[in-house]
Amino acid sequence: MSGSRAAWWRRLLSDPAGVTGVVIVLALLAVAALATFWTPYDPQTADVAGRWAGPGAAHLLGTDATGRDILSILMAGSRTTVAVAIGAGVIATTVGLSLAALGALTHRWVRESVAVLIDMLVAFPVLLIAMMISAVWGGSLAVVVWSVGIGFGVNIARVSRPELRRVLHSDFVVAARASGLSGWQNLTRHLLPNVAPVFIVQLSWSMAVAVLAEAGLSYLGFGAPVTDPSWGVLLSQLQQYLTVYPLSVLWPGLAITATVLGFNLLGDGLRDATDPTLRTRGGSARRARTHLPEVVA
Amino acid sequence: MSLEVTDLVIEIDGVRVVDGLSFRVADGERLGIIGESGSGKSLTALAILGLLPEGAAASGSILLNDREVIGATERELARIRGDEVGIVFQEPQTALNPIRTVGRQIAEAPRIHRGLGRAARREVAVAGARRVGLPEPERIIDRYPHQLSGGQRQRVAIAMALALDPGLLIADEPTTALDVTIQAEILDLLRALVTDAGMSLVFITHDLAVLAQIATHAVVMESGRIVEQGPVATLLTAPRSPATQGLLRDARATLWRPDEKEER
Repeated sequence: MSGSRAAWWRRLLSDPAGVTGVVIVLALLAVAALATFWTPYDPQTADVAGRWAGPGAAHLLGTDATGRDILSILMAGSRTTVAVAIGAGVIATTVGLSLAALGALTHRWVRESVAVLIDMLVAFPVLLIAMMISAVWGGSLAVVVWSVGIGFGVNIARVSRPELRRVLHSDFVVAARASGLSGWQNLTRHLLPNVAPVFIVQLSWSMAVAVLAEAGLSYLGFGAPVTDPSWGVLLSQLQQYLTVYPLSVLWPGLAITATVLGFNLLGDGLRDATDPTLRTRGGSARRARTHLPEVVA
Repeated sequence: MSLEVTDLVIEIDGVRVVDGLSFRVADGERLGIIGESGSGKSLTALAILGLLPEGAAASGSILLNDREVIGATERELARIRGDEVGIVFQEPQTALNPIRTVGRQIAEAPRIHRGLGRAARREVAVAGARRVGLPEPERIIDRYPHQLSGGQRQRVAIAMALALDPGLLIADEPTTALDVTIQAEILDLLRALVTDAGMSLVFITHDLAVLAQIATHAVVMESGRIVEQGPVATLLTAPRSPATQGLLRDARATLWRPDEKEER
């Protein structure tokens, strides 16, 4: 009982995939933090004489068509990525958990209506709507963050609601009430922790998709303005020269891929770590899910 | 603690599933409620703690030491639950939270009702685990339910229910899901704990043979009504109602089957 809080950290760090996720996400956060006050060069300063420099000591990842340092743009762009991922994550969590709670814990009529509402909202094509809004009122990161946040919040609600219902009806929740726990104590100690594995996977996935959506929409011109440092904008600028300087396109592409992978690995690792019935030690987590007959008392 | 149930009616979506139940458990008495499944025994147990599921409503009177349960606020009920009345459920597989260590679950009621700190909770958990005969109490409290056997889990559930020495313990078919040998161990354990502490007990079962081992008095339920009540010895030797006679036949069948095989 003492170590249960520290134990999930240990479990996360004993899982190679989980560690990779932690390292990637921490690296992203560190780079974004660093970029707020230092980049090797000013990411917006053009240097026509130094255009298309290859990777080297002066410019680690080379320069682009206007001589801007690609590493500096990537670093500056990571701030956008982090802001979008966190923003969308916070909105998705708020929307998702509120809808799930409304749809699971309230009076029968309310929760059935919320369930229908969730099913209807899930049918909306989030990215398409984001594009339409951007096309009419102009693109901005806020549109990306809000649309992905709300869209994935609904997804989270859709998956978490039945899970919450299931846990609510389980014997141990009744047993916990029989121990004298109030509804709120039950929610924070028994309901939410048991929904957490499902929720975490959904949340990490929505943060990864938020990063992808920002890059994609910015690439198409619906997201960040071209003047803002963004991986998607950089990708769209560099891909015009794909046949001449293919290496340059690799960097923003790699950054986006690694970030999406990092969020997903972190999510999977956290899911396995928060569920003690999935023991990774000495075997795969999936296999451990099938319960073997235990030692008799 | 004494329990007095008078004219208890439980309706689920307008259907009467318990119909005018009245019985009394004196302080320190061990009462059995016996009946076929669907006779309303478990709902009666839940009603005593005000834990009826959504859509179910109870009326009548349930007095715990002269305090009325029916119509009590959630806050008043929360104060009684776990502190003055403990409950053990049928299914040890699902009665424990899979993602909390058993120690935290044993110490849950003390934490809620007494506000015990971390170290004190650990002591309570170890003492509770030792009291119900779990092996290596200091170590087992850090394990998760899936690492325990069914019998051990039921011991944990009993330790949870008894953590604060409630005056009344409700046991809802606590041995039904267990192997026969484990059943006997758990029954012995329950009887010893309850008699040592002078607790009142409401023991729910469908098995007269089990009932005979633990209860002194019993009420026999059928379709939500009491069809017979009295000392267990009388029910066993001179059952009057057809329901009791049927239960007795079932119990005899399980008891005598091995001998019949030998004779063949």
